[in-house]
Amino acid sequence: MIYLDDVDKTILNTIQYDFPLDSRPYKKLGERLGISEDEVIRRLGRLHDEGAVRKIGPVINRNSIGGTSTLVAVNVPDERIDEVASYINEYTEVSHNYLRPDRYNIWFTLSASEKGRIYEILDELKAKTGLEFINLPTKRLFKIGVRFNIR
Amino acid sequence: MDETEEKIIKLTQNGIPLTPSPFRDIASSLGLTEEDVVTRIEAMQDKGIIRRFGASIGHRDIGIIANAMCIWNVPDGQVEDVGSTMASFEEVTHCYERPRCPGWEYNLFTMVHSYTREDCEEVAARISQATGIMDYRLLFSEREFKKTGIRL
Repeated sequence: MIYLDDVDKTILNTIQYDFPLDSRPYKKLGERLGISEDEVIRRLGRLHDEGAVRKIGPVINRNSIGGTSTLVAVNVPDERIDEVASYINEYTEVSHNYLRPDRYNIWFTLSASEKGRIYEILDELKAKTGLEFINLPTKRLFKIGVRFNIR
Repeated sequence: MDETEEKIIKLTQNGIPLTPSPFRDIASSLGLTEEDVVTRIEAMQDKGIIRRFGASIGHRDIGIIANAMCIWNVPDGQVEDVGSTMASFEEVTHCYERPRCPGWEYNLFTMVHSYTREDCEEVAARISQATGIMDYRLLFSEREFKKTGIRL
């Protein structure tokens, strides 16, 4: 696990929602935290290299650019989990894919510009794996607000 | 979204550089001014094309390893109220209504991330108490096969 001191934690809690859209963003962050621009860059370099920060960039709102998304579940026998997960991962339309053991154990999200593409992918996966997939498209969105409270 | 906005997203969606003036560096590779780039990112936020411009956290790598998908069986007439209440919990990062289907009775989905499974269970118990929904399960992720976020 990555070691975080209090300054790292403050940086991580800040840059999820308050990254300065400024000509010198790291300098601005440093001013807020009482450290130099160099130190911000050095710390972010380590946090990125070690995996605490995956990227700093835009979080795209799929709904606003059109298209459709869904959650799909499938019950896969234990010995086929890696094989089926890799078939699923091949599609760029798959953004998240997890093992969550339950009645269905592989759960993944699919986003595409049109519903037809979703059905096409599900048909292909069914043909490749011989498994039944349940398709649970979003009916209503109440919230998306990923924010980790790092303590 | 216009062509320039699309170019900006494509160039930043994998992360901006860790250089003193990252927006100037992006601008120069697109033949734009730094101000253009920043203004357009702000405009895309205002228009809702991007939800936020900021860091994506490798939450597992920093110890936030419990990730629960809570599934709830909510009577159809209560979905609006219950969904709004669930969304108001700070710990809930996502809340969706999805269809029931044969063999699948759960229609509300909430995601909760925390340091331990017990934390997630405690949050779900509070949600259950606040909404009166007793038929629910927590599905914890045991492996992450893929996580990329939405890309253009």
